[in-house]
Amino acid sequence: MTALVAVVGALGAVAVVTGLLVFTVNSMARATFLLLASFVAVGAVLIGFGLGYLGTVVILMMTIEMMIMVVFMVMLMMNPAGLMPMTMVHNRRGSWAIALVVFGLLTTGVWLVPFPTPGPAAVGDPTLALGDALMGGQMLTMMTLGLALLATIVGTVAVAVSRR
Amino acid sequence: MSTTELVLRLALTAAAALIATGLYGALSQQSVVMIMMGLELVVNGLLLAAGAFWWAGGAPVVASVLIVVLVTVMAVEMAMGFAVALALYRARQVDLTDDAAELAG
Amino acid sequence: MVLAPGLVLVAGLAAGLKAVTAGESPATPAVETLRLLGKQRRRTPDDDPGLARVGLALLPVAAVLALAVVPLGDRAPVDLDVGVVWFNAMEVVAWFAVWVAGWGPNAVTSLAGGYRVLPLGLAYEVPHMLAIITPAIAAGSLSPVAIAAAQQDLWYAVWMPAAFVLYLVSVAAMAFWGPFAAPLGRDLAGGAAAEHAGLDRLLLLAGRWMLLTAAAAMAVPLFLGGGAPPPITGPDPFPGLPALWFGVKLAVVLGLLLALRRAVPMLRMARFATLAWVVLVPLAVAQALVVTLVVLA
Repeated sequence: MTALVAVVGALGAVAVVTGLLVFTVNSMARATFLLLASFVAVGAVLIGFGLGYLGTVVILMMTIEMMIMVVFMVMLMMNPAGLMPMTMVHNRRGSWAIALVVFGLLTTGVWLVPFPTPGPAAVGDPTLALGDALMGGQMLTMMTLGLALLATIVGTVAVAVSRR
Repeated sequence: MSTTELVLRLALTAAAALIATGLYGALSQQSVVMIMMGLELVVNGLLLAAGAFWWAGGAPVVASVLIVVLVTVMAVEMAMGFAVALALYRARQVDLTDDAAELAG
Repeated sequence: MVLAPGLVLVAGLAAGLKAVTAGESPATPAVETLRLLGKQRRRTPDDDPGLARVGLALLPVAAVLALAVVPLGDRAPVDLDVGVVWFNAMEVVAWFAVWVAGWGPNAVTSLAGGYRVLPLGLAYEVPHMLAIITPAIAAGSLSPVAIAAAQQDLWYAVWMPAAFVLYLVSVAAMAFWGPFAAPLGRDLAGGAAAEHAGLDRLLLLAGRWMLLTAAAAMAVPLFLGGGAPPPITGPDPFPGLPALWFGVKLAVVLGLLLALRRAVPMLRMARFATLAWVVLVPLAVAQALVVTLVVLA
């Protein structure tokens, strides 16, 4: 239990620091790499919580997503390498203010709200429980997700395809 | 405060920091690709929070279903975002939001 | 702890075998390793050595982490209940490592080589994922140990041949090897490896063989019954030696991959993407559907 405090604290800090660095480095390659590091840290925390399947899936999916991100980065960005340092930001001060206010509000809530914490339960297999739920009680959620993904496939192709 | 509560609040604080960082990125960046990274970070924070609630709340299955929903949301957001970015680029040859806001193009 | 040196050894043997089939001396990989160890690293102007080194080191590490969940015999070094997903995640991390290694030197051929990994990976990840999920569906478990144990009566390679062939093809693509070697292609003067010398180059080239060997090792529990003898031989002639059977089967899988490399010419980028999306993905879905229906029936 105390080990988990250290693990969650350390990996949470890694996730936040790498997340912050994403917006400070010059090079896009470094930005995607750091974003991936942030996701891997969160995936590791999920595994630490006992969600082995979901944590691994987060690592797997986010690595693939970062590869897609890189494809578009090289395709679209005018200066992906960061060889000529430049800032591509607007309204930095306002953005910081909004972000800090949101962080303050959320953190106040986190430390003041009394959460009901029955604590870690001795469930059998969380992967099995998740599968049962998705194919049983949460079937509607699963169907909605499936439809949303189908609509996304059709929509992205319709939007992105060349009209020439 | 019990250890369970401490772990939950630590994880939620990290999640709040991730959400705020992502918000800063999405609001301040001009490049479409970088804005996308900000939005991803927000969802990353939500993933962490959902996992923490699953662990501390006696393993309710809805929390893990929520994580599945969040992962799907991320995939949809990426796909739609890049489709729009590509369409924008085809039409105007721009990848910065400020340029896209100009009507003349 | 013996996992990493063992993987290096087997990968080296596989590379030696490849050298023999290519008409070179079987000692070529060993000689090449010593030569690269003696050479200096190379830097290019305005490069990003930190990022490149992280990527180069990540490639062999990812291969070892992928192998860690594979049962070498009847037990896995780390018996993970979601081993199949973990294995796939580590393979994907290896691709990202190659991209970063190609990006680092800030040179045209190297960047183009690293960039080629991305469409290759994205195209072959989907059939690969479906090919490894199909045995998991049949066994009703994501643990490689449980999947191997479920094949006592019939190997999955016999029962789901399409998935087995898809696995072998996508493994070659996974390790950007053989017909799918475009990221390190000769047309790019070595691609992602073009600007790396000495230890950097060794990590990239050896890491590729380690990734290929780890992926070949996973085929044994997924499709060939793990450390058990073939179901048709009757009683086990070597009882209590699952590691021996594992080794024999791993040699067979590596032999099949080398035969694939000899039989199939190097594919053009556009060709292998079309092949994956138009032929292999529908085939993989159909195979998974058939297996699911049989399991449910």
